[in-house]
Amino acid sequence: MVKSFGEFLLFIQSMLFRKERFGVLWKRIVDECVIIGVDSIFIVAIVSAFIGAVTCVQIAYNLTNPLIPKSTIGYMVREMTILELAPTITSIVLAGKVGSSIAGGLGTMRITEQVSALEVMGINSASYLVLPRIIAAMFMFPLLVILAMALSIIGGYLAGSLTGAISAQEYIEGIRTDFIPYNILFALIKSVVFAFLVSAISSFKGFFTQGGALEVGAASTTAVNNSIIAILVADFALAAILL
Amino acid sequence: MIEVHNVQKSFDGNQVLKGINCTFETGKCNLLLGGSGTGKSVLLQCIVGLMKPDIGSITFDGTVFTNNKVDIKQDIRRKIGMLFQGSALFDSMTVYENVEFPLKMLTSDMSKEERRDRVEFCLKRVGLENAGAKMPSEISGGMKKRVGIARAIAPNCTYLFCDEPNSGLDPLTSIKIDELIHEITHEYNITTVVVTHDMNSVIEIGDHIIFLYKGLKLWDGNKDEILNAQVPELKEFIFSSSLVRAAKKVDDETEGGLAAATTDEAINI
Repeated sequence: MVKSFGEFLLFIQSMLFRKERFGVLWKRIVDECVIIGVDSIFIVAIVSAFIGAVTCVQIAYNLTNPLIPKSTIGYMVREMTILELAPTITSIVLAGKVGSSIAGGLGTMRITEQVSALEVMGINSASYLVLPRIIAAMFMFPLLVILAMALSIIGGYLAGSLTGAISAQEYIEGIRTDFIPYNILFALIKSVVFAFLVSAISSFKGFFTQGGALEVGAASTTAVNNSIIAILVADFALAAILL
Repeated sequence: MIEVHNVQKSFDGNQVLKGINCTFETGKCNLLLGGSGTGKSVLLQCIVGLMKPDIGSITFDGTVFTNNKVDIKQDIRRKIGMLFQGSALFDSMTVYENVEFPLKMLTSDMSKEERRDRVEFCLKRVGLENAGAKMPSEISGGMKKRVGIARAIAPNCTYLFCDEPNSGLDPLTSIKIDELIHEITHEYNITTVVVTHDMNSVIEIGDHIIFLYKGLKLWDGNKDEILNAQVPELKEFIFSSSLVRAAKKVDDETEGGLAAATTDEAINI
């Protein structure tokens, strides 16, 4: 494990050393932003809207004490969404979608000698292939998390209204109660850290794939597993440090 | 000219290259010949810098490549073109973009029009002038090899390396690819190194042949000398092919050297 971590650090260093021209990297970053960000909007929207809806309904189900105002449901949906569900669940979903795509793509390039072709040309393959993916992920994850926050809260609103668990007025009142702007910043910091972990770990696993198609599949699976574990550990660490 | 001095390489205690010394001459098709697992591809990867030899050095036209400064290695690498066994075309790019790629990445002084002219020239040179818009998944194995060659020569390479260019191709397409590599080598006076175990390639394009056996260089010479070589391992290797046995028979009868015993004549027997 220590050896793997050392190799991971060397891999990150090799990416930053002897970078390609900015113009080349910029075009690659824009392409990756589309793949990582735009192509993930649908799944993030579906997941976050339903998580908001389910959270609202389940809190309402558990909140039986008549002394607690119903607006608490809106408050709890907001707090859970902003602090935990939007950044963490969105990043775990993206670890599955984006992480496996990065590891699979790079693994396939490795076993079909496309990475070797770049290296023979004198191009720093890590810098050309991986750096744009990491930068694009660190740029797009926060945007997707903001989208997830909004849709999750809207999902809770619709679910509460449609099931009659809470009135629209009470829900909005709860959403507005004791709002702490720092929580948004905290969520965005988390999303940037998670983006780095998912993209870097997946790239590392894919970039050093050896063998054939079976190993590419295995690399994708390992990339997703390791990314999710890294997200959960980092989630705890950031909460302990920043809150 | 590429010179290999005492190159050794081991993997987990298994010595794959046991001190190879050889020279690849400019303007010639230099063939690295040998059976599977003899170290041909490992030697090629050491030469192009994809692997680092444990011991030994490699020089390109007098400039040491192994263990040299990164800038110098980069300068040499940018003179290298390589055709990979599986062609290694970038599957997210069209044929045109694949050939243009090294020009975009390696040359900053070329205008878009100059790049376009060069790509069109290279595609025409390999007979694929109408395939530019196709994706690699839409073309045949032989066409992929041609695109690989076009991509390798696009930046005016000085050294061309081909890793088993005939693998997976039918005999006729193999001969065409061999001829193309041979023509390009002589046309641009480049140093070409071809890794192969195909005796047809030896007969077609073997200007200079190096035979490897169990990590050692056992013989070197040209295609006219190889059939009369007195190395048992080489004889066993080349005469395992019935086609070569037939060619040898014609060679003995005509006394005109291997050049007189063409593949066509051998096939007719």
